[in-house]
Amino acid sequence: MMAITTDQQTVDLREPGGWRRTKNQLATVGMWVAFVVMLVPLGFVLVTVVSKGASAISWQFLTNGTLPVNVLPVNYGGMGAAVLGTLEITGFAALMAIPLGVLGGIYINEYGGNHVLARVINFFADVMTGVPSIIMGLFIFTIWVLHFGYSGLAGSFALGCLMLPIVIRSTYEMLKLVPDSLREASYALGATKSRVTVTVTLPAAIGGIVSGSLLAVARAAGETAPLLFTILTVTSTNTNLFSGANTALSAQIFANATQPYTGAQARAWGAALTLIAIAFILMIVARLVTARFARYSE
Amino acid sequence: MSITAKAGPAIPAGPAHPLSQRRPLGDRGFQILALSAGLLVLVILVLIAVSMTSQSTTWFTTEGWSGVFSTDWDPAHNIYGAVPFIYGTLITSAIAIIIAFPVSVGIALLLTEVVPRRWSRPIVYVIDLLAVVPSVVWGLWGILILAPWLQSIYQSIASGLTGVPVLSTFFGGQGISGASFFTAGLILAVMITPIVTSLSREVIATVPVIDREGAYALGATRWEMIQGAVWPHSQSGIVGAVLLGLGRAMGETIAVALVIGSSPTITTHLFTTGYSMPSVIANQFGEATVGVFRAALIGMGVLLFVLTIIINLSARAIVGRSVRRAGGE
Repeated sequence: MMAITTDQQTVDLREPGGWRRTKNQLATVGMWVAFVVMLVPLGFVLVTVVSKGASAISWQFLTNGTLPVNVLPVNYGGMGAAVLGTLEITGFAALMAIPLGVLGGIYINEYGGNHVLARVINFFADVMTGVPSIIMGLFIFTIWVLHFGYSGLAGSFALGCLMLPIVIRSTYEMLKLVPDSLREASYALGATKSRVTVTVTLPAAIGGIVSGSLLAVARAAGETAPLLFTILTVTSTNTNLFSGANTALSAQIFANATQPYTGAQARAWGAALTLIAIAFILMIVARLVTARFARYSE
Repeated sequence: MSITAKAGPAIPAGPAHPLSQRRPLGDRGFQILALSAGLLVLVILVLIAVSMTSQSTTWFTTEGWSGVFSTDWDPAHNIYGAVPFIYGTLITSAIAIIIAFPVSVGIALLLTEVVPRRWSRPIVYVIDLLAVVPSVVWGLWGILILAPWLQSIYQSIASGLTGVPVLSTFFGGQGISGASFFTAGLILAVMITPIVTSLSREVIATVPVIDREGAYALGATRWEMIQGAVWPHSQSGIVGAVLLGLGRAMGETIAVALVIGSSPTITTHLFTTGYSMPSVIANQFGEATVGVFRAALIGMGVLLFVLTIIINLSARAIVGRSVRRAGGE
């Protein structure tokens, strides 16, 4: 009895004071400062693009198919050719890259298992996401444009190369989350592997796959570098994706940004707002799809 | 006597094919389809290396190694040295990393250690927003808004530092311009922050709860817990994340092409105009119709490809190892 009472000591459970406490508070403040440092340029760029772009955008700006010469003010002509080009080129790239990317992701997760080839493909898909976009443009230039000439199709190939590894990786990540019990239940009913994958595993992961693919499309839609050497920025509408030089919003912004004329700069801001709007809409749809359809998440 | 032999219990009633032989053609076809889609990645990477190298050989053969790695770039006189561009690429991405590293790790720690889960989600959305703003829009904003504004700031910094020994070699000098190495570095820092943040967050999230709780139980403050439990555990993974950011910064083209000032000079003065590998390709490819000029620009692409592949390989290896070790995956 005696021993217990004498051994009892008061444990100081209060927050440590002095320098240690100050240092902790400074660190927390530092983290918030880091967040604000990131917010400032984002807010600045969005406000500028919206305020300068909104005054340039009109129905005519979005639909008129002929870009005027740079000296003309913003109420002449429009970006219609570039809007059409961006939608066509990015759309066709998505049409090629998303099915192939989903199949690639299925191979890695469903068929590859621990096979060396599957791990190699997975690793290099990951590495390929880090290949600079301008390399994709040069690559398509050397193997396609040199033989078949500039076209929207060449631009689609370059953007597709950019999207493919992103779609593969996000499909793989999403399929990994689908529980094995689902697959086993369907095997037990006698289904073949392809049938299990197409009718059970893929639908279970579809929300994440769709949203990952949309994010890849959003990223590709804003790319300029892969288009410079593949579509050869022109100033008039080309509805034929498969032949003849084409144009896109990002390429027009790049061309107009260095012009000294206020009309050309205003067109660049208008195109920038249009492009950001397209990218943000895709991103928001991706978020909605995730929130609505994602059954399994990390 | 034959009846007993026929009615052996081990023989099933149906056709006795092994299961593997009954795999229908469509099933195997689907597997082959999936495999070829996966192989496409490897095919594309190999094709990139082969086709671009073959298109750039004339640069290496006419200039030789000493010509390729010389400091002069003068297409009018057929002189194509890559060093000013390699220098510009390294300098701008170094500036980007120095700025983006503390910011990204700070935000990653904020998300994982400080704010409650309910609040971390909107912050992640904001970071994603940053990642979706196209490179060319950053460039447009950089050259028309940021650069003119920075020019006066650069001027006053430079005049304030004249005579100061070390600082004036970096932040002083003649011909100070709003479009410069430093402006390009700033824009790159903003552009790589999202990827470095999200990867760092992934790595930090793998720190075992028991380590954190152990540190708290010993009476550590949150910062001491981060120093003692989080940092040692996630150090190598964060190095990998930063390397990946470095790879992105090196390959970033359009934003840099607009704000770097486009002059192939090698100087320590960060507030003056420079050039980088991807931006020279983007700016001069249209004029490069002559054989060696075009070969030199494609060759610059090959150098960039090799450089980013090496950085990506090592970064992925480092991140992968640290996540595997931590998550027991």
